[in-house]
Amino acid sequence: MSTTLRRSRLHRREHLVAAAFIAIPVLGFLIFTAYPLLFSFYASFTKWNGLSDPVFNGLDNYTEMFADPYFWKAMGNTVFMMIGIPIGLVLSLLLALALNRKMRGTTFFRTVYYVPVISSLAAVAILWQWAYNGDFGLINQVLAMFGIDGPNWLQNAETAKPAIVIMAVWKGIGFSMLLYLAALQSVPRHLYEAAAIDGANAVQQFRHITIPMLSPVTFFLVVTSIIGGAQIFIEINIMTPTGGPEFSTASIVWYIWQKAFNYLQMGYATAMSVVLGLLVFVITAIQFQINRRFQFSID
Amino acid sequence: MFQNESETVALTVPRAKRAAATGRTRTSQYRIVNAIVFAVLSLGGIIMIAPLVWTFSTSLKTKEAVFALPPQWIPDPVQWENYIRVWSAGPLASGIVNSLIVSVSVTVVGTISSAIAAFAFAKMRLPFKNVVFLSLLAAIMIPFPTIMIPQFKMFADAGLVDTLWPLILPGLFGNIVMIFFLRQYLDSVPDSIIEAAKLDGAGYLRIFFTLIFPAIRPAVAAQFILWFMAVWNDYLAPIIYLNTPERQTLQLVIASFNATYASQTDYPLIMAASFIALVPVLVVFVVFQKQIIESVALTGAKG
Repeated sequence: MSTTLRRSRLHRREHLVAAAFIAIPVLGFLIFTAYPLLFSFYASFTKWNGLSDPVFNGLDNYTEMFADPYFWKAMGNTVFMMIGIPIGLVLSLLLALALNRKMRGTTFFRTVYYVPVISSLAAVAILWQWAYNGDFGLINQVLAMFGIDGPNWLQNAETAKPAIVIMAVWKGIGFSMLLYLAALQSVPRHLYEAAAIDGANAVQQFRHITIPMLSPVTFFLVVTSIIGGAQIFIEINIMTPTGGPEFSTASIVWYIWQKAFNYLQMGYATAMSVVLGLLVFVITAIQFQINRRFQFSID
Repeated sequence: MFQNESETVALTVPRAKRAAATGRTRTSQYRIVNAIVFAVLSLGGIIMIAPLVWTFSTSLKTKEAVFALPPQWIPDPVQWENYIRVWSAGPLASGIVNSLIVSVSVTVVGTISSAIAAFAFAKMRLPFKNVVFLSLLAAIMIPFPTIMIPQFKMFADAGLVDTLWPLILPGLFGNIVMIFFLRQYLDSVPDSIIEAAKLDGAGYLRIFFTLIFPAIRPAVAAQFILWFMAVWNDYLAPIIYLNTPERQTLQLVIASFNATYASQTDYPLIMAASFIALVPVLVVFVVFQKQIIESVALTGAKG
């Protein structure tokens, strides 16, 4: 009787201390994430310029959004710029395979390919903007060596988006390479041995062992890249501050930012931000579902 | 992959046969492939590094030499003055100071908040703590652009726009990714040492600082560096909150250098400023490369 009483008192003390420790991030979450999130939902149904109080206007923002050609253009641009994701994945997998070989210099190359990842995106965007300069940029000077007359990349509606995709692939390739490399090194060797006994050649081993064993990493990379890609902003804001020629590089976050802080259409901007949040939520939810099914098939 | 294959052959085929039939050709073949791979990797490596080298090279040129054809990789004359000129051309120094204030305060305080919370989540008894943990984890899904406008309104109402506080305050409460990571790591710390410390009459804070924190230090260090680089390189939140040039963080300062001096075609100055912004993270990376790479690899494997 007395021991249980004492234990429960001890537990209560532990509960209190634990609650206090946990309260710090919980409080941060409530103040800086949960409350703003609820407010975003509310504000998306209002006319609000950020200065005076929001005025409820029902679904107006949403109907305006669906009729807004710039919203769709920005969404389309954002999706288009994601073609860098599969390109980057294939390249980084090839890189990881190469760096997984036993040879000199792999550590050095790993560093070289990872340097763009850690570099600040703002600085990198500035130097690529400069590299894309039509008259004396690095890219066109290299192209000139092969007799190609390069375009004025960022001033041209056709080439502006691909230019940003190329830069994004360059920036991100080291990150996926590193994850693939880690995954490659954890593939059990006996799988390859067994396959070799069964007479599987290198290509077959790659298709039936390497690819499936790497698929959790691929999923992780696909989903995080899509979430990141949906929020592309810095490159756009620095390299094409006006949204590019004919609005060709304006991303959805760039458009939200523009509407909110330059035109003070905060209500409209939050409505778009809510749509963005929902999209990211759906992508993540799908990932969790697929991931679950996937782990079963691996086990 | 190929390397696995050749080892497999070595293990399974009888030795004499292997030496005669496949051994030698396999090794020389492996060497040839290695040479090709090395060449391709070098070419790719040049592409990865060239823009950075080009930046540095341009930062040392005269304004006129920038437009020289064919391009000069080694500037002639070398204008080291650009690196002196750049400090008076814009608020670069205050940018560095502001970035340091934000990054250091957020990561130092936020790391302690995160580690203490991770300790409670992993090792202390509390009803419903896993529910709370999962709810926090779900918050990772919420993209910053979705909450940035109400957050801006909150800080505007508090009169904190155009100060560093909106960048600092949210981070002080910790980082959910870090909590998640440290909680996983704490699984490897035995409960018995905590029980023993409790019997000795140590309080939980004392247990945390004398036992837990030293035990998880490698994980903390890795996460700390990654977070520091993320805050240092942040752009969207600073651009929303900071207007006065002297109050801006380094990333904003170099962006406005870019906007201002491009019209004057003073590219060497822009490149010098960008290069200065790159150097701190490059140094941190070179020093902590091992921790960074291990931590990133582990995060991905967990995901």
